[in-house]
Amino acid sequence: MFRLEARTSTPAWFNLALPLIAIAVTLVLCSGLIAMAGAGVIEAYGVMLSASLGDSYAITETLVRAAPMIFTGLAVAIAFRAKFWNIGAEGQLLAGAVASCAVGAIPMPGTLAMLLMALAGAAAGAIVALVPVMLRVKFKVDDVVSSLLLNSVIYYALMALIEGPWKDSFSGYPISPPIEDSANFPVLIEGTRLHLGVIVALIVAPLCWFLIARTTLGFRIRVTGENAEAARYGGINVQRVLISTALLSGALAGLAGVGEVGGVHFQVMSDISPGYGYSGIVVAMLARLNPLGVVPAAIFLAAVMTGAEAMSRATGVPAFLSDVIQGTALLAMLVALLFTAYRVRRVGATT
Amino acid sequence: MAGRPEGGIALPFAVSRIVSEGVPLSAPLIEMRGITKSFGAVKANEAVDLSVAPGEILGLLGENGAGKTTLMNVLFGAYAPDAGEILVEGRPVAIHNSADALAAGIGMVHQHFHLAPRLTVLENLLIGIAGKSGRIDRAGGLARLKEIGRQHGLGLDPDLPVSVLSVGEQQRLEIIKALFRGAKLLILDEPTAVLAPSEVDGLFAALRSMAGQGLGIIFISHKLNEVRALTHRCVVLRHGKVAGRVDHPASTTSAEMAKLMCGHEIVPPTREASTPGAAVLTLDGISTSGHAGTPLRDVSLFVRAGQILGIAGVSGNGQRALADVISGMLPPQAGTMAIAGKTVAQFSPRELQALGLGRIPEDRMTTGLVTNLPLADSMVLPRIGTEAFSRKGLLDPAAIRAFAEAQIKAYDIRCPGPMVRAGALSGGNLQKALLARELAFDPKVLIVSQPTRGLDIGAARFIHEKFLAMRAKGCGIIVIGEDLEELLMLCDRIAVMYEGRIAGTLSSADASVARLGLMMTGAEGHA
Ligand SMILES: Nc1ncnc2c1ncn2[C@@H]1O[C@H](COP(=O)(O)OP(=O)(O)O)[C@@H](O)[C@H]1O
Ligand SMILES: [Mg+2]
Repeated sequence: MFRLEARTSTPAWFNLALPLIAIAVTLVLCSGLIAMAGAGVIEAYGVMLSASLGDSYAITETLVRAAPMIFTGLAVAIAFRAKFWNIGAEGQLLAGAVASCAVGAIPMPGTLAMLLMALAGAAAGAIVALVPVMLRVKFKVDDVVSSLLLNSVIYYALMALIEGPWKDSFSGYPISPPIEDSANFPVLIEGTRLHLGVIVALIVAPLCWFLIARTTLGFRIRVTGENAEAARYGGINVQRVLISTALLSGALAGLAGVGEVGGVHFQVMSDISPGYGYSGIVVAMLARLNPLGVVPAAIFLAAVMTGAEAMSRATGVPAFLSDVIQGTALLAMLVALLFTAYRVRRVGATT
Repeated sequence: MAGRPEGGIALPFAVSRIVSEGVPLSAPLIEMRGITKSFGAVKANEAVDLSVAPGEILGLLGENGAGKTTLMNVLFGAYAPDAGEILVEGRPVAIHNSADALAAGIGMVHQHFHLAPRLTVLENLLIGIAGKSGRIDRAGGLARLKEIGRQHGLGLDPDLPVSVLSVGEQQRLEIIKALFRGAKLLILDEPTAVLAPSEVDGLFAALRSMAGQGLGIIFISHKLNEVRALTHRCVVLRHGKVAGRVDHPASTTSAEMAKLMCGHEIVPPTREASTPGAAVLTLDGISTSGHAGTPLRDVSLFVRAGQILGIAGVSGNGQRALADVISGMLPPQAGTMAIAGKTVAQFSPRELQALGLGRIPEDRMTTGLVTNLPLADSMVLPRIGTEAFSRKGLLDPAAIRAFAEAQIKAYDIRCPGPMVRAGALSGGNLQKALLARELAFDPKVLIVSQPTRGLDIGAARFIHEKFLAMRAKGCGIIVIGEDLEELLMLCDRIAVMYEGRIAGTLSSADASVARLGLMMTGAEGHA
């Protein structure tokens, strides 16, 4: 017989091992689905791997996909650290995309345009995140629900925009006018889509780590998240910390939208985000809310997404498998987290 | 072990091995032999022998961390012992889990209760007890609940949800639950730590009544007067080993038992005469509202530099609101407060800290510390924004660590180091850590609630000495407490709270337990 026993301390290597174990378990579980779809498991995973990380072009494609999830993953990780339950990264991303697209469409020197796009996108994301945090701080409205519902509100506002004032008058398609060519983010490697925004994402992640681990704001975020009552007793203005966290989180999610507009799509359309905001939650959980862990976690999910498409083409397994892997990875990680607090002990005949 | 499990060390005052008056000498109900249990390098129990006879109340004494809870968890099947055996009514039994323990007739009331808050009293009793046909026998359960209540004075309304019960009532329910399941031995792990003094009497009456019917009881506590009043026999643990046995607790002095527990004499500190200075904290006409618990009504009081003011009272008479107002957690509705002559404007914890207030909250785990973060974080929390620990918004990890290490050393906080999770520390060490963090910055005024609740004698003495040292340095201290003897020993003046008001203030020369007790019931007012 086995039993869970509370741990008094958690070994450090768990932080690394748990996500890896969760991923391994996920791949094993999902291999059943691949087999049910009538494909060879090894072959299918092989195609996924080579299509996502097999050559330098594949790697750049995976990184391009990872960039928005690095931003949304950071947004969620920082919010969750303070126990501000921001499920609204998707809406904040969309708001950032719209704002940066509006700015990018104004003719001006390219560098200035990119800078202003980033500022506008971050500000738009932050403003959207301000709604659930103010509702929570002022009226004790549950932030999970309000931030989640806000996603639909933003999505339909975006739809109204591209079906209405922004609609392409030539084609009649619901897509916004493109941003100025000069505002397109520079491509770093000729012949790929690897754009400046990807590098920015890779730089922002360690900055976020520094913020959480080494600044007084980060300290206050951690303490508030772990025990708001002790934080208040210790002189921390908990409401202010929550609001700062939300602004920061929303700005990061907004930047995910900026990168998609400036570096990938150069305009806004209804499917600009295939749920990067929600994937950010999976990324943050896999990363155990550590900003440094967000990078590999986002790259993993991006590889699954790019790989799943190729696998679908090669083996006929539906590309939905990518969503199943994401969902299973989140569940596996949540279960794995149990083992940071508990250990399994064998209880049997003793004495 | 030659079949003599009771072989402890000889003690000058443990002259007789005969069980106390009124207890029949018969085969032990439960016997634990040579129990050893380690957690990593920590030997929580080492070759412990213990037995309980039917109708006997055995006291299990020891400082925090002595291994009392671990030993009882072994008996209750939560931990498998590394060595040793357990006999029930003379037969060896293997107890792997609480179901085995219950089947063997062992019931336990843990330090933290295991109740379903949304279910009613009766439903909680019936959880896991299905009738013969798998049906739940409500009527039968109700009858037994009434019966147990009548027999031992443990009445509870069967239809109340557990969430509305007081802590004392929840404890009563846990006891009833154990009896319900046919416990022949009842283990109570520090049951009085969560009770108000008035509730303790009721518990003791019930326990005596149960013992009178032949139930064996193991009563864990580190409060010596309780153990002396209640138990027939005691086993004292120190560092996991049996440090001694006491066969006549009632006729053994507290000092003798304290020495067994701590391994050395405990001398009460003396409060030197002093000349208090100017008032460092004054409250004038403070009233509150919107607070869970009794609000304050027109409370005025003051503390002088170098003086200790006690706040006595039955808990729930506004002490919580008073502590919250003074520490800045609850801005008052009316009235003013001043620290060292400066009027408090905002009543935020930060403002009060800046004015020179140190605070030790009643609830260390939820209000004082952040249990999931390193101890060092909790120790610097109130001053993280100051020059001492950060510059321009950047933390100074070396300074934080050095501060925590220095305090750990200065206050002899037993822990693996400053980076250990604060929640891993025992209550006494947590209290020392909180004291260290507040005293490191020389507060002008210190407010503490229940400073030694749950602490063993050694740790409590340490805390008392620190208070007296601060008093000698000219700090004004307010101690909110329920233990009148502690207040009389520490305080220069004692104010009594009753229904949100100050019912009267006495100088400690005029105060006595009897007089304070009377004032606490609202019977006597004294200005
Ligand atoms: N689950 C555990 N894991 C590791 N150490 C433990 C555990 N439980 C108790 N200990 C250690 O064992 C010793 C005895 O603890 P405990 O039995 O709780 O003491 P008491 O109840 O007398 O205060 C302490 O040093 C404590 O830190
Ligand atoms: Mg204990």
